[in-house]
This record gives sequence, structure tokens and C-alpha cells, in this order.
Amino acid sequence: MSSQDEQATNREGVRRTVTRTLVVLAGMFAFAFALVPLYDVFCDVTGLNGKTSNSAQVLVHEEADTSRMVTVQFITRASAGLPWELDVRTRQLRVHPGQSNEVFFTFRNRGGEASRARAVPSVSPSEASVHLRKLTCFCFQEQRLEGGERLEAPLVFQLTRDLPSDIKTVTLVYTLYPVKPAQAAVSPRGPIKEGDSA
Amino acid sequence: MRTLLVWLVGGLTSAALIPVALANGWNMPVGVTAVSRDIYSLHMIIFWICVIIGVIVFGAMFYSLFRYRHSRGAKAATFHEHTSVEVIWTAIPLLILVGMAVPATATLKNMYDVSEADLDIMVTGQQWRWRYEYLGEEVAFTSNLGTPREQISGADEKGEHYLLEVDEPLVLPVGQKVRLLLTSDDVIHSWWVPDLAVKQDAIPGFVNENWVRIEEPGIYRGQCAELCGKDHAFMPVVVEAVEQERFDEWLAERKKAAAQEAAGVDREWGMDELMERGEQVYGSVCAACHQPDGQGNPPAFPALAGNQPMLDDRDWHIDRVVNGVSGAAMPAFRSTLNPVEIAAVLTYERNAWGNESGDRVQPSEIAERLADQGE
Amino acid sequence: MASHLPPKPIPQHSTATAGGMAEAGHARPRGLMRWLLTTNHKEIGSLYLIFSLTMFFIGGIFALVVRAELFQPGLQLVQPEFFNQMTTMHGLIMVFGAIMPAFVGLANWMVPLQIGAPDMALPRLNNFSFWLLPVAFTLLLSTLLMPGGGPNFGWTFYAPLSTTYAPPSTTFFILSLHIAGISSILGAINIIATILNLRAPGMRMMDMPLFVWTWLITAFLLIAVMPVLAGVITMMLMDINFGTSFFNAAGGGDPVLFQHLFWFFGHPEVYIMILPAFGIVSAIIPTFSRKRLFGYASMVYATAAIALLSFLVWAHHMFVVGLPLVAELFFMYTTMLIAVPTGVKIFNWVATMFRGSISFEPPMLFALAFVVQFTVGGFSGLMLAISPADFQYHDTYFVVAHFHYVLVPGALFAILAGAYYWLPKWTGHYPNVRLSQWHFWLSVIGVNLTFFPMHFSGLAGMPRRIPDYALQFADFNLASSLGAFLFGVSQLLFVLVIIKCIRGGEKASAKAWEGAEDLEWSVPSPAPLHTFETPPEFHPDRH
Repeated sequence: MSSQDEQATNREGVRRTVTRTLVVLAGMFAFAFALVPLYDVFCDVTGLNGKTSNSAQVLVHEEADTSRMVTVQFITRASAGLPWELDVRTRQLRVHPGQSNEVFFTFRNRGGEASRARAVPSVSPSEASVHLRKLTCFCFQEQRLEGGERLEAPLVFQLTRDLPSDIKTVTLVYTLYPVKPAQAAVSPRGPIKEGDSA
Repeated sequence: MRTLLVWLVGGLTSAALIPVALANGWNMPVGVTAVSRDIYSLHMIIFWICVIIGVIVFGAMFYSLFRYRHSRGAKAATFHEHTSVEVIWTAIPLLILVGMAVPATATLKNMYDVSEADLDIMVTGQQWRWRYEYLGEEVAFTSNLGTPREQISGADEKGEHYLLEVDEPLVLPVGQKVRLLLTSDDVIHSWWVPDLAVKQDAIPGFVNENWVRIEEPGIYRGQCAELCGKDHAFMPVVVEAVEQERFDEWLAERKKAAAQEAAGVDREWGMDELMERGEQVYGSVCAACHQPDGQGNPPAFPALAGNQPMLDDRDWHIDRVVNGVSGAAMPAFRSTLNPVEIAAVLTYERNAWGNESGDRVQPSEIAERLADQGE
Repeated sequence: MASHLPPKPIPQHSTATAGGMAEAGHARPRGLMRWLLTTNHKEIGSLYLIFSLTMFFIGGIFALVVRAELFQPGLQLVQPEFFNQMTTMHGLIMVFGAIMPAFVGLANWMVPLQIGAPDMALPRLNNFSFWLLPVAFTLLLSTLLMPGGGPNFGWTFYAPLSTTYAPPSTTFFILSLHIAGISSILGAINIIATILNLRAPGMRMMDMPLFVWTWLITAFLLIAVMPVLAGVITMMLMDINFGTSFFNAAGGGDPVLFQHLFWFFGHPEVYIMILPAFGIVSAIIPTFSRKRLFGYASMVYATAAIALLSFLVWAHHMFVVGLPLVAELFFMYTTMLIAVPTGVKIFNWVATMFRGSISFEPPMLFALAFVVQFTVGGFSGLMLAISPADFQYHDTYFVVAHFHYVLVPGALFAILAGAYYWLPKWTGHYPNVRLSQWHFWLSVIGVNLTFFPMHFSGLAGMPRRIPDYALQFADFNLASSLGAFLFGVSQLLFVLVIIKCIRGGEKASAKAWEGAEDLEWSVPSPAPLHTFETPPEFHPDRH
């Protein structure tokens, strides 16, 4: 092969290599963003980070497993920058897996003006989050309260019977975060519905 | 030759360091829980495995360096591969690793078993302090760095427990399984006490759990282990483990003290007592960011001294302290300070360092603000 | 390799040398414009190396600020805010500005010479990817002067400390990292294209020197993970400036997701900084043992295995964030597995020396120190892999000791070894032996005095990234600080060695080292600006 032919083959080869690496590059960049929803799906399936479902689930019709009791604890917290309080009437509940249960939470806006907030749930141990089904929850949407307004909102949930037997206590923590208008508009985590506060 | 001697001396010196280190306790603490002892023994097993492999590999290497020196006229052999030898030194490490993985897996399973706890503690990280809540006991408090600023700046001599002391330690009963629920109000922190072998991240918006069963009464010190901003070095963890009886007494005392403090809310407080109390609160929770002289550290931490907008708008000032600022280091103090403390610190901020508002903020005013307006 | 080939003169178009400053024969731009517009792989290689050396000193000064503050307990020199900026900048500059560009510089110089190519495949792109770097790092350094200071959240920039709670300059930090990332990606594309297409006729993949092999695999790692880094920092940028909530729990995001994404990039990144080092050491040890590398094929497979495993171990940096038990076990096992191919490499190096004919020239000294000290770093890595024990080690000085052993007496020593090894080829002169030995011994003492005590301070309970510490850590920190200053100052000797070497010294022949066998030793020393314009004949004798 003459030197010139060789250079031509080289150039062709270089072009092919560059095209291929560019495709891989674009793919990996897209993959990084795809990891965000993938991570959510993965968490939903495995309960990796103790997050619970963002929307209402249906009751699994099964008989309550009366042979065991699980303690469900509720903890409420309010973050900074928001004159709100979140309280729960029942701090602790003993339930049978399979049963559906109702607990009431109280939101209070202690400030003088109307504002919006959202309660973000987290479950510990995280493995339990897959087995916690929420039929109704105030955490699916944000809440808007007038200054001084008070709101009672229910949480209806079920711990499914397939909850691993070594889990004896499930802790559900709600943290109240202020909602800024811009945040709700472009959340990458799907739209946050404007709550009608009930 | 001389080079080799230096290598040899160097190698032997570092090898000699190992017994010195072990004799001086330059090692992971054994700790006071079953888990911490398991971890310690895992640590020592893997360490000695490394030492043995190191002796063999480095021994072979230094032997070769010494024996096959060019200056001694060594002639190089020509072999450059040997399949069975290569297979053997791939397989042996694999077996060692499997042997190591077995006890490690067992220990890890035990560490993850948080079931059937006797006591639940909620641990909340906050820039730069820890808050402890005894769930179901209505006892909660904040634990701040106890070391005076003068010791840090070098103006005073440093005490024995420099940077590892707090104003109020977490008190736990010995022999009980205590479940720790960890979360954070702002950035990620990590709660760590080496003697208890508990290190767990506190993540905003999420809860983690871990557990501990302390076997011996004593005071165990640790620190925040995850970079959490400016005062990451200054948020220690101190755990005081006491006998169950003593723990029950302590719990009762805490409840009584809280009731007394609550009773103080209703009376009218004088300027001097508010200022005195306020200075104390300011020193423990505010001074780290806004500085003891109120000069702050802009832009992250605004100055309070001479802050005219703050002095003009009393209501805004109260709101900031009570409810905090979202997405900044300013927490909502309604959950960590009682009305007396909030009122006192507000009064102090409005009257110290040349701020001359003359205002008093009464505890009752704060209590009213916190009371339900809807009812 | 081509040991039977006599070093033969290569047809030359110019008598200019790339390493020196001699005039070019062509009508080429002179002075500054020559360097600004050069497309020559040797000149660009030199630019990369000079740049990384500069960054090494800047990052080193930041490290010395940190060590000076930690000299004794209490706050003496700097405030915590500035201390955090120093630790962050030290990490960022050393990783992205010193170690990585140094390897790219060595690749630019040596890959074409080792495979018999006339230049890199894409010379103009090569120029562009270099000049992005000074832009990126000027921008990064300028953040220190911005209101609120520069990045202060550690080189791992965990959200939300780096998003919601970050200083205003963070947007510029992200921009500079984007630019540096693009530079790395372009460099990687170029290296892949060169290695796959421009090898001398007759050179098969399994004939390539290991430095070329390790760099090829490194370049693939870069292509795979730099876009992920770009993705993560783009998400940060959006969280900071456009109100999204990728990492913000308040908006439904998850701060732990940041760590997963970061370490999905970050762990392969760690190997990006060590694989080329393996390649350099695998060239030097056979040369000075006068014996062929033991287990060439298994070295290649081990490198590939390490690269593949690097995608499966990321969460071992996150053992205490609250992973479920299964994940914890999975990542513990995969991490432990990495010890196997790494062990194979170390055994192969020792077997290469066994029954060789060994001499101790400066490159060999650094390579031997690499083997020993990198192995120490490997041992502590194995300890860190044991997940239950990591609950004690995590985020302490034990970790700091571990990764500095891998990166300083590891990666950096390999770079220094490579520089001493190839300086005769670059400049035509041998480095001054006496000075090189001083540089070596002071570096070894300094580096171990700095980092060895950190194992103990970590085990005793000292968290990393703190500007002030409890009294029981004082002695260890005193030793570390003394060692750091010794190490820092002794690097000035390296600069002296280089300057003396460019100016003169004992003349080197084409085959500067008796036992050296790769293609680069068939061109004259100093290497002329243009080499292998006619592809050399390559006769593999390996198989």
C-alpha cells in the first residue's frame, strides 16, 4: 500500500472512530438525565430512599394479618422560612398488616398572610416504603392556607401483608416545605397540583 | 547498594511503627457496644491480612532488587509469562476475599436490624448543632458546641475536651436498644460517635435509622462527619450513657424544668433580665454565624449591629427568628428555643452593640404568636 | 517488542526539537503565536505538561494553606470559610488541573511515538482541547475573588450544600468544570482515534506498549463518564438558577440522587487518574530490569477488568447514606473484587523484576516507590471496602490517607517517573542524577511523613475537611504539616532538574536507556518536531 492510500484509509478510519465516540458521548449525556427517572423507578420498586408514591394508590383487598402487629409512628416537622405548623393527632398506631387505617393531620398557618406548602414524606426503614400504600394523602398535593387558617387532613393507608416480618416499626415522617411559585412550575419531578386544601 | 540500604532502613522503620502504633492506642477504638467490637475485630483481621500480603510481596520485591542488581553483574532471564502462576495469584486473593466477606456480611446484617427498640430518639442536624427529641417523652433540646470561642481563637488555653464538648449532651440509658432516627433541616450532616460505631448521614427531607445498645456508663464523644459548611468542625456529638434509674430521674428533671420555663412566659420581664438571658442564648446559638459582636459575615450572614431595616421593622425581625429563612442557614427557632429564649434573644439583638431601639420583646408576645390564631 | 531493530535515522523535514526552543525550519509563527496555534503533538504535549506543573504548584500552595492552618489546634491563619475554599480548590485543581492534564500531556507526547504515528489523529482539535484548559482554570481561580468566595463545598460538591446553600460564584464553578470536561472529552476522542487508526503497519492491538493500552482504556472511561459529570452539573445549574428540584427535597428531589450520579462519574474518574500510571510503570520497570514485562496479556486484561468494575462500585463512597442492606452488600463485594486485578498487576511487576538485571536510575526509583506506596494505598482501599468497618473509616482522615497514597505517591510519582524516563527523549539530555536523587528521597520522606500519620488521626476519630481539631490529634497533624512543607519545597528541585535538563547536561542517544525497547527509542534524542512521517516498520516479536 502506498503512503497516500494509507493516509486515506487512516482518514476514513479516524472519521469513523470520531463519529462513533460522538454517538457514545451523546448517549451518555442523555443517560445521565435518564438516570433521574430511572432512579425514581428503581426507588419505587425497591424502596431505596424511603420515598413513597406521589399519587393515590388503591387498596389491596386482603384480609388483615391478625397474627402480628406493626407499630406505625408519625413524625411531623416544618422547615425554615414558613410560619406553618403540622401536627398529628395520633403519634403512634398499632396496626395489623392488610388493615386500612386513618390518621388525621392538622395544618396551621400561623402567619398573617396566605402561603403555600407541601408535606414531603419519608419512610424508615426504607424497605417498608414499597409496602406502604397510601389511599388518601395530603402529601399528593400542595396546600394553601390563609393567614391563621387551620386545616385537618386525613391520611388513609394500608401496610400490605407482604411486609417483611422483621419490620416491626415503621416510621413515617412528614416535612413541611414552603412552595415558591417558580418551583411548582418547572419541577422535573412531574407537576405538583395546586391543592384545594382538602 | 547504598540505595538499597536506605530502602531497607525505611521499610523496617515503618514496619516498626506498627507495634508502636498499636501500643499507643493509635487505632480504631474498640468501643462499648457489641457492634463496635465486631467492627474492631473486622478491622484488625483485614489489617493483618494486608500486613501478611505486604510482607510477602514487598519481601519478594526487595529480594529481587537486592539479588538481581545490574551492578552485581546479574544477567536478565528471558521468561515473561507463566500461566499457572498467574492463575494461582488470581485465585488466592479471591479466596481470601471470600473468607473476609463472610464475617463482614454477618456484622452488617446485625447493624441493619433496628427492630424492637426500647427507646426512639429523633436526631436532627442543623447548621451547626444537633437537636435531640425523645419520641413519646415530650423531651427535646438542642446540643451546641460547649467550647468557648476564646479557646478557638487562642485567647484562652484550650481545655481537655476542646471541640468535643457540648452544652447539653444526649443522655441515654445503658443496656437498652436505642433507635436513632436521623434527618436534617438544611444540608447533609453525619452523626458519628466512634466508641458507639454509629455513623449515619442526616439528610434533609429523608429519615435514616441506626441503633445502639451501650454497655458501659460513660461519656462518649464524636463529631459531625460530613462537610456541612463553615462550622463543620464545631458541631460535636456528646453522648452520656447512664444507668436506667439515673436516666429516668434525668427525664423527670427535664420535664419539670420545661414546665417551670413555661410558667415564666406569662409574667412581665424586665430589660436587664431579658438582656442577660438574651446574651446567653445569643452566645450559644447565634454568635457562630452573626459573630459575637453582631457584625455577621456578609453576604451569607448579615450584620445585626446597626442593621436599620431590622430595627425599624420589629415584626419582620420576630418573624425571621421564629420562622427562619428558607434555603439559608437561618433555622426556624420556634422549634428549638422556647418563648422566653426567643423573646430574650430578640431583645438582646435589638439593644446590644449600639443598637438602641429600647424595645423589649416579651415572652408572652412570642407565646401568643405561636399559639393557634385559628382557635 | 522491536528490540532487534537498530535505531535508524528517520527522514526529517526540520531540525527543530519539540522540547527545546530551537527555531523551526518551516515558515511558522514565532513566539507566542507559535504556541497558541501549534498543532504539533509534541508542542501540545509540552504545553499540557507545563500547564499541569503550574496547576500542581497552585494546588500545592492551597494544600499548604490547609496544612499550615492544621499545624496546631485552634484557628490561627485562616477562617473556616476560606479554609473550606482551600480544601475544595486544592482537590479540584489537583484532580482536573494537575493529574489529568499531566497524563494527557504524556499521551500527546508519547502515544504517537510509541505507535509510530506522525502526529495525533486530529491535530487542530488537539490544540483546541488544550487551550480550553487555561480558560477553565482561570475562571475557576477567579471565583476566589468573587463576593461570597469560591466553591467551599469540597471537590465532591454534595448537594444541597453546593446548590441551595452555595455561594453565588457556583454558577462560574459549574461553567469552568463544563469547559474542563469538554477539554477532557475532546482529548479522549483524539487519543482513541489516534490509537485505533494510526498504528504503524504490523502493530496489532496486543503489540501496543502498555502505556498506550492503559490510555486507550482510560479514554473510553472518559468518554463514558465525563458526559455524566456534565449532566450532574447541568442539573445543579438548573436547581440553582431555574428553580428545578433535582436534588432539593423540598421540591420532591433527592440529595442522595446527587451522590449516586456524582460517584457514577467519580469512581471511574478515580481510575482515569491511575490507569495511565500503571502504563508508565509497566514501561519503566522492564527497562531497568532489562527484562520483558511479565504477563503482558494479563496486564491488559486486568486493566480492562478494573475499568469495567469501576462502573459497579460507585456506592462504596456512600456506605453511610442509608443504603438498603442488599445494596450495601452488593457494593461491598464488587469493591473487594477490584483487589484481584489490581493484585495481578502488582504481582506482575514484581515478577518482572525477579531474575532481572536491575539498576536504579531516577525513573526506576520513582517507579519502585510507586509500586510500594500505591500498594499501601491499595491495602487501605481494601480495608475501606469492608462496609461495616467503613462506618468507622468513612469521612475521616483514614480516607484522606487512602486516596492521597493512591494519588500522590501513586499517580503523581508515576508521572514524575514518566517525566524522568522521557526527559532524555524530550530534551536530548539526561536529567542531573544527583539532583534527581535528592528530589526523589526528599519526596519520599515528605510524602510519607505527610500521609502516613493521617491513617492514625483518622482511626483515632478525626473527621476530614475540618479547620480545627481536638487536642488528641495534634501530634499527627504536626507531623503531616511538616511533611507537607518538606514535600512541597522539594518539588522545586524538580523544576530545577527540568530547567537544567533543557539547558544542557549529559547528551542522550536515541536509545537513552539500555533496556528500553519501545518505538520512541528509535527516533533521535531530542525527538525532532516531526517523526514517523513515513510509518516505521514494526516487527512484532512478542508472539
